[in-house]
Amino acid sequence: MIATQQIEPTTTLAQLQESKPERVTIVLLSGDLDRAMAAFIIATGAAAMGMRVTMFFTFWGLNTIRRRGATSSAKDWLRRMFGLLNKGGADALPLSRFHFAGLGTKMMQTVMKQNRMPGVPELMQTALDLGVRFIACTTTMGLMGITKNTLIDGIDQFAGVTTYLAEAKQGNVNLFI
Amino acid sequence: MMQADVKLDTVGYFCPMPIILTSKKIKELALGQVLEVVSDDEGIKKDMPAWCETTGHQMMGLEEEQAKSGPIYKAFVKKAK
Repeated sequence: MIATQQIEPTTTLAQLQESKPERVTIVLLSGDLDRAMAAFIIATGAAAMGMRVTMFFTFWGLNTIRRRGATSSAKDWLRRMFGLLNKGGADALPLSRFHFAGLGTKMMQTVMKQNRMPGVPELMQTALDLGVRFIACTTTMGLMGITKNTLIDGIDQFAGVTTYLAEAKQGNVNLFI
Repeated sequence: MMQADVKLDTVGYFCPMPIILTSKKIKELALGQVLEVVSDDEGIKKDMPAWCETTGHQMMGLEEEQAKSGPIYKAFVKKAK
């Protein structure tokens, strides 16, 4: 006997919408403290609203998800050198303006701490705790001599533009920061 | 004065922390219980109703009080799902 199932269109649609949360994708190209902060604030805010959030890290944005002091194991010396010169780490990001050789950034971090404002490392951890998915761009990782072992734990995928676009296509909010 | 079952103090925290803490706290409540979120961030006046609308919880109301350090906001959210 073949079992047939009655489908109620309105409830099915409601169920479908229920199971398909709204999506947010954020491309973080910048490695500046202020821009990274904006990206993580939006990401954590969206995740707290029940949205599915994917962050795609490319170029200088990769610096936010690098472990501080980890040395690149890139094969050629040029890229190893680049990885060495381009300092990474969520707590080592400079301000896009007013950096003043580190003084301006230090001042901003002090003010943030005084006001109990979470910095990039704390915001990033919150994002991971809330289930924000991190994608690291493999192309720019290769270019900049950033190897997997120098990135933080919790990276969801190592992928390229297609993975990002597949996600962004279904997104309600897509940001490039 | 509105009555709440659970109180969450977020005084001193800026956006997006009050909302993030709310989204975590609301999971501990039973359906129909009311959460009171105390904040000194003015943004909560708009952010909490917006969060409720998106997540499906019910915004019961918002109270404003004058403290020595400035205004304090109390948002009341009923767990609705």
